[in-house]
Amino acid sequence: MLKDKDRIFQNLYNDLGSDIISAQKRGDWVNTKEIISKGRDWIINEVKESQLRGRGGAGFPTGLKWSFAPKEVGSRPHYLVINADESEPGTCKDRDILRFEPHKLIEGCLIASYAVQAHVCYIYIRGEYFVDGQKLQAAIDDAYEKKLIGKNASGTGWDLDIYIHYGAGAYICGEETALLESIEGNKGQPRLKPPFPALIGLYGCPTIINNVETIAVVPTILRRGGKWFASLGREKNTGTKIFCISGNVNSPCNVEEEMNIPLKELIEAHAGGVVGGWDNLQAVIPGGSSMPLIPKEKCETLTMDFDSLAAEKSGLGTAGVVVINKDQDIIKCMARIARFYKHESCGQCTPCREGSGWMWRMLERMAKGEASKDEIEMLGDVTKQIEGHTICAFGEGSSWPVQGLLRHFKDEIKKRNKFDPIVKENKNIPYLVDQHLLDKNA
Amino acid sequence: MSLKRPAKEQPESFEFNSSSLDTANKIIAKYPKGKQQSAVMALLYIAQRQNNNWIPLAAMKYIAKILDMPYIKVYEVATFYSMYNLSPVGKYFVQVCTTTPCMIRGANKLVEACKEKISENESELSQDKSCSWIEVECLGACVNAPMMQINDEYYEDLNKEKTLEILDKILKGDIPKPGSYRGRVNNEPENNRKTLMELKNA
Repeated sequence: MLKDKDRIFQNLYNDLGSDIISAQKRGDWVNTKEIISKGRDWIINEVKESQLRGRGGAGFPTGLKWSFAPKEVGSRPHYLVINADESEPGTCKDRDILRFEPHKLIEGCLIASYAVQAHVCYIYIRGEYFVDGQKLQAAIDDAYEKKLIGKNASGTGWDLDIYIHYGAGAYICGEETALLESIEGNKGQPRLKPPFPALIGLYGCPTIINNVETIAVVPTILRRGGKWFASLGREKNTGTKIFCISGNVNSPCNVEEEMNIPLKELIEAHAGGVVGGWDNLQAVIPGGSSMPLIPKEKCETLTMDFDSLAAEKSGLGTAGVVVINKDQDIIKCMARIARFYKHESCGQCTPCREGSGWMWRMLERMAKGEASKDEIEMLGDVTKQIEGHTICAFGEGSSWPVQGLLRHFKDEIKKRNKFDPIVKENKNIPYLVDQHLLDKNA
Repeated sequence: MSLKRPAKEQPESFEFNSSSLDTANKIIAKYPKGKQQSAVMALLYIAQRQNNNWIPLAAMKYIAKILDMPYIKVYEVATFYSMYNLSPVGKYFVQVCTTTPCMIRGANKLVEACKEKISENESELSQDKSCSWIEVECLGACVNAPMMQINDEYYEDLNKEKTLEILDKILKGDIPKPGSYRGRVNNEPENNRKTLMELKNA
């Protein structure tokens, strides 16, 4: 288990208060000026050395992303956009950062803005988190008052304005280009890439987009050094991560742990074990609903990081662990996830718009046992035709969970759906069926 | 994509009151000059707050005029995002999360409670027209499942009895206490906390 002193989010459980004075006591805002005076290249190098990977799902190296921003500011200003549109089922880590550790995020915004030369930062919060957004707004107001941000932020000579933009209940706006469209006041439909947002993003200007958790860990990395962060976890999967453990566990919780922690330890030690005991475990969705589920046998030895989960044909995603025990109907669970994707598809690309509804309807019938045998193969075929044929990663996100179900629980589906539409049996009604077409043994 | 239809009965006109206009101007100032269209989402929220939780077509036309953008673009935004209500939803708008993490912890019991107390069908006003409910997709409080949202506030760690209590309160016109209904103030593992113990006991 990670040592308490190595936990970045000391106030994850709000024992200390989230106001600015308590935050300063915990070490936020202490030597921000000093950090920034070390310069852009030092900051980016230190983040690169920490091997921090984006915490929003894709796991893209953060230092590398920042280095994509143009070195010189041309005629177009640069922007920093923080993605707090946390809507992936199973994930609720950003909410706790917004309400309990807002100053880590705001300080991270200042440092990141300086590193990518942005004077304006937009924080895109999902509309449902209105109350938590208000708490962040209060923290931003405090920071303005103490001159930590605003003109000559923290005495660094850098000007920074932070604004909150509320979303309105669209999951797709968590996709970075859809998020930009949404800030621009359009429907949240993703853009084609390239051009990548780092060159042409918000209002056509260079824009760096990061997840809340990614930005919130940056100040601590710079204080304690990239080496310290890299010493946790394992190569290329370094540092700590907030895991959200929900579903059929005795005490569902958010907990900050080291990367590469065994899944079993996460569930047994932190979340109080599976309801009905470990043997009652059926499957685990390791990284939010869009990652394929993993059956119990593999959960014994599984470790939670980007690469080891990718090796199991799943992914760490947002680290929202959903535990499903044997009391649940796994097909129904997945049908509900398919319904989520059907509801949230933005409707731009045909394979996703039509396919997500198609998958949902098939799974609903499979859960009831009304599907025919060959539909199981057809379902797999549909997922393959969505995956990779859409503008954004939503296509993968909606088809992977279904593929995961087919990979690990095909027998379960087959057992339930025995209906075969092709008449094979000789019912002794010769004038309805051509006798010579029938199998003699049937 | 979800289907949304504007209400049949629409008010003739709509205008921001002075406090709404004030907030709207502050929000428009957040965005660069000439990019005032960015404020459309926030302005739709303001209209929704001012107009008893729903947005009439007149408000969309009004916002289009303020932001100097085509009406159809405002309409497009209002119909795309699920949090804009285009028909009356009642003073108390109950949204029950029924996505998988909530579902496997018994969100259907919450739906049953809503059916008993508010109305048989989703998006249907209760008898006294003060309240309506819908099923929604993940609200992002999965470790507090099952949960629901009433207007802005989250009600977490529920079961059927507690939901019935909450609904009774709002039908009487009271505002029940938001947050966890198992007494949690944060997302720590209940009775099983193993991390940051020094801070807890300090």
